[in-house]
Amino acid sequence: MIRATNLSKFYGGKRALGPVSFEIEDGETVGFLGLNGAGKTTALRILACDLRPSSGSIEVGGTDAVADPHEVRKRIGFLPEHPPVYPEMVVTEYLTYAGELRGMSRAETRKRMPEVLDVTNLNDVQNELIGTLSHGYRQRVGIAQAIIHQPKFLILDEPTRGLDPVQIVEMRNLIHDLKQAHTVLISSHILTEISQTCDRLLVLGKGKLLGAGTEEELSAKQDSVMQISVTIRPPKESEDVEEAVKQVLSAVDGVTKIADVLDQGDNGLLFSLDTKRDCRADVSRAVVEAKYDLIRLDFSRSELENTFIRLVGGTDASN
Amino acid sequence: MRATRIIYRRELGAYLRSPFAWVLSALLLLVAGVFFQAYALAGDMLSAIVLERYFFIMCGVAIAAGLLLSFRLISEERQTHSLILLNTSPIRDTEIVVGKFLAALTFLAILLVLSIYMPLLIKVNGKITSAQILVGYIGLFLVGSATLAIGTFASALANNQLIAGVVSLVIIILLLVMNLFGAKLDGVVRTVVMDLDLRRTHFDPSFQRGILNLKDIIFYLAMTYFFLLLAVKTMEAKRWQ
Repeated sequence: MIRATNLSKFYGGKRALGPVSFEIEDGETVGFLGLNGAGKTTALRILACDLRPSSGSIEVGGTDAVADPHEVRKRIGFLPEHPPVYPEMVVTEYLTYAGELRGMSRAETRKRMPEVLDVTNLNDVQNELIGTLSHGYRQRVGIAQAIIHQPKFLILDEPTRGLDPVQIVEMRNLIHDLKQAHTVLISSHILTEISQTCDRLLVLGKGKLLGAGTEEELSAKQDSVMQISVTIRPPKESEDVEEAVKQVLSAVDGVTKIADVLDQGDNGLLFSLDTKRDCRADVSRAVVEAKYDLIRLDFSRSELENTFIRLVGGTDASN
Repeated sequence: MRATRIIYRRELGAYLRSPFAWVLSALLLLVAGVFFQAYALAGDMLSAIVLERYFFIMCGVAIAAGLLLSFRLISEERQTHSLILLNTSPIRDTEIVVGKFLAALTFLAILLVLSIYMPLLIKVNGKITSAQILVGYIGLFLVGSATLAIGTFASALANNQLIAGVVSLVIIILLLVMNLFGAKLDGVVRTVVMDLDLRRTHFDPSFQRGILNLKDIIFYLAMTYFFLLLAVKTMEAKRWQ
């Protein structure tokens, strides 16, 4: 278990984090979600014993990380934002080095190597210089060094940063595999990545913990305002169909506001609705009963996106 | 000190595979050879004087090599983000600093060994003893060690390699002109300041002439220890920043 109590960090006189308190149970996969500069990386670097907190305490598996960072480092594998690799080293040579730094003998790293290469899918490049590898492979090497010593806790800071869509899917699958054997902490500002891989979220903003819980728990705590987009193709001969559709949609129970209408020509009219609940079924029924062609109906933003934006204080928060 | 051994092995491997280190060595040996020919072998002189002039040149080479081999040691890793691997491993900052320093010192020793043909030429053609050569090389090794320690400290201090290089250059230049500063002072302060000079007080009158003085050995060892200690404390302080 990881327990952080009133953790804070100042860089010079500037507060980068805290005070924040949270707990992470063994076996959980927890996502640190926040905009750039929210304090995610600082929090993870403190957890990985790379930085010392300015105040507060942190316990990892019952050991105080400030008083005994060595013991904690043995239990933690850390992939920072930029994989900490040496371009002039061969992949297996580098992983042996990383294992030995974590207290493993050369024989132990040799024994563990095939499993790590399998899990991270590095078999094809195991004898290549790291400097010649693509960014995606370097990320994998970064994860391999983090798991070589079989740590209980795995900390991944923006693991999909800079990856192409195919590599992102591969990385997501890799993280899914790692969840089976490790307590995983992931930071990201990419919501889909977090929502697909994590059991629980910690939302950070300007160094403070803005929310904690599952996606559903976080949504429930907010005054739920969802956005639904509806595309309707009006009959060709009809006039002033926009007003007519607006009346139909406004009458649906749960719709609070028709935020925007966009004429897409032959592709129909796109209506953006603010709703109090998921009323997609009611909307579709109302449109069909009014004898309009329903082309498309979906959330404009995912529920997590809405929750996140509200937690961090609206779309202007990143500015 | 198991971690020191692991880091030492990797660092030395990196030096031996690095074109930078070998090109640097070649350039320094070329410069040493040119000066040896132009200055040490200029005119008819006693072989002991030629050897003295050779060690004068090589002291400058050892200082330059110490500076150029060390300023990247930690700052480069910080710039390329690989230092975090060491910082999040269960090892002490002392082990990181000492491992890196010893690797650089080993490479410096290789560089010095590669220059040994020059004093051997003097020995073959003149009347000098092996002990004179050995003492001179002990001096070069110690001066190089102190310079490497200064560079290691600067490298621990700066986040940028260029700044690390400039900081170590400034410290080294200051320590090379202490004798001149001291000459303008009086009393105990004069003695202390002059004693801090990196070469004029502790290398030129002793090692350069084949004289082995314990106080000079202690000076260079103390200098090395002091700057390595500063490097370790700087690394520790950076975690709190």
